[in-house]
Amino acid sequence: MKIACTVNGRARTVDGAWEGESLLSVLRDRMQLPGSKNACEQGECGSCSVYMDGVLVCACLVLGGQANDRTIVTIEGLATGTALHAVQQAFVEAGAVQCGFCTPGLVVATHDLLARFPEPSVMQIREALAGNICRCTGYAKIIDAVQLAARRIAVDEHSAR
Amino acid sequence: MEFLQPSTWTEALQMKSAHPEAMPIAGGTDVMVEINLDRHRPASILDLTRVTELNQWGADGEFLRIGAGVTYTRIIGELGDRLPGLAMASRTVGSPQIRNRGTVGGNLGSASPAGDAHPPLLATDAVVELASVGGTRRLPVREFFTGPKRNAMKQDELIAAFLVSPAKGPQQFSKVGTRNAMVIAVCSFALTLDPVRKHIGTGIGSAAPTPVIADEAERFLEGVLDEGGLWEKPASVDASALARFGELVAAAAKPIDDVRGTAAYRRHALAVMARRSFGWAWDEYRTKASE
Ligand SMILES: Cc1cc2nc3c(=O)[nH]c(=O)nc-3n(C[C@H](O)[C@H](O)[C@H](O)COP(=O)(O)OP(=O)(O)OC[C@H]3O[C@@H](n4cnc5c(N)ncnc54)[C@H](O)[C@@H]3O)c2cc1C
Ligand code: FES
Ligand code: FES
Repeated sequence: MKIACTVNGRARTVDGAWEGESLLSVLRDRMQLPGSKNACEQGECGSCSVYMDGVLVCACLVLGGQANDRTIVTIEGLATGTALHAVQQAFVEAGAVQCGFCTPGLVVATHDLLARFPEPSVMQIREALAGNICRCTGYAKIIDAVQLAARRIAVDEHSAR
Repeated sequence: MEFLQPSTWTEALQMKSAHPEAMPIAGGTDVMVEINLDRHRPASILDLTRVTELNQWGADGEFLRIGAGVTYTRIIGELGDRLPGLAMASRTVGSPQIRNRGTVGGNLGSASPAGDAHPPLLATDAVVELASVGGTRRLPVREFFTGPKRNAMKQDELIAAFLVSPAKGPQQFSKVGTRNAMVIAVCSFALTLDPVRKHIGTGIGSAAPTPVIADEAERFLEGVLDEGGLWEKPASVDASALARFGELVAAAAKPIDDVRGTAAYRRHALAVMARRSFGWAWDEYRTKASE
């Protein structure tokens, strides 16, 4: 089947997708966007987190055809130019990345959290990231990274005013 | 596999009638797991996410009528004040990603004994609205679940909405699991206090082949409150009456031993949840009454 949607600001069309294929497969295998990771295909790990029409979703649980005419933003679409997004930079600096497999999903989920709660408490962070599993870091540095990103974004917004 | 994507409710019902075997998909949080893991490969699939009628809610007489496609995130954000019990249950579903997509219609469609929306719907006497090209029928949710993962929906029907009264008094929901998020309930319990009808509502999840109510426990507690004139003069409720209420809730369950817990543990936990839920709800009622 044919799937047409906007991905990271560009109109994209895919032909010949299988009707039962997930948006995650469409992104990774047909649009050459391997940033969103496939670790469980059952909504448990969050490593495939993307935005669809501005809403945080697991791409593995969206049927390809459901993305028709929708606007998708993946991890590849967060940074502008060559500079990392503040959330990405904070993950690097806080040492929140080990093998890195969970990182794209966590970065997108953190991006969504900070848009809703610019100054999240630790409880809010844990709650918002409950659907993102990391097998390496033990989460402490991920929470540090989220707090660092929140501070950076607050400072940037302040100086932009 | 055939992909059907109706854009209106009429079109959706026509497609379901022409393709009764088609598997509806809403948020996909149950359906996609089945497809991805190759547990089930439907011949055709009917995407309901374009049908705007399913994503709306509004007043219907004294009820709220909530489209089957309204997500948990929206129930929490838009209906939390009017349906506190269902909102509490919705907050325990999966993760933000799952709540952003998952719907009550999908929970009803899957009809898992562990579905978290079911106990609060039972406790509030909700009604499920089913529709086909032949017409619409409304069925009490108490008659909707017919077996493990089975419901009263006919092959050519779709779930249009559910109807529920806005809360008249305190509501509670509790769920036992190994984590605070991302867990299927070991068992769960919902409670509703309706001071207008002087009615107690209950719902038990994950402790019987289907979600069930604790009828005898409801009547017992109503009797205790009536006898003591406690709705009018809300004093504290006797500990022995609370213990009896817990026992009757546990007795209404038909739990089994499985990977998530034993039958004995589930009965014990249900009695504790029932007592505590009533304690919290009654405290709230007394505080409001004394204001
Ligand atoms: C990681 C994860 C965590 C989860 N955690 C929980 C949890 O904590 N508690 C819980 O209760 N559930 C949980 N679930 C299960 C699931 O999210 C819920 O059952 C949810 O309510 C399903 O809604 P949906 O819209 O995604 O349904 P879908 O997957 O789209 O559909 C589910 C079923 O309902 C049918 N259906 C959907 N809409 C209609 C309609 N309008 N008319 C007729 N049939 C329809 C479908 O054909 C299918 O049989 C979890 C799932 C995942 C993947
Ligand atoms: S791959 Fe989608 S949640 Fe794990
Ligand atoms: S860094 Fe390896 S899974 Fe998170």
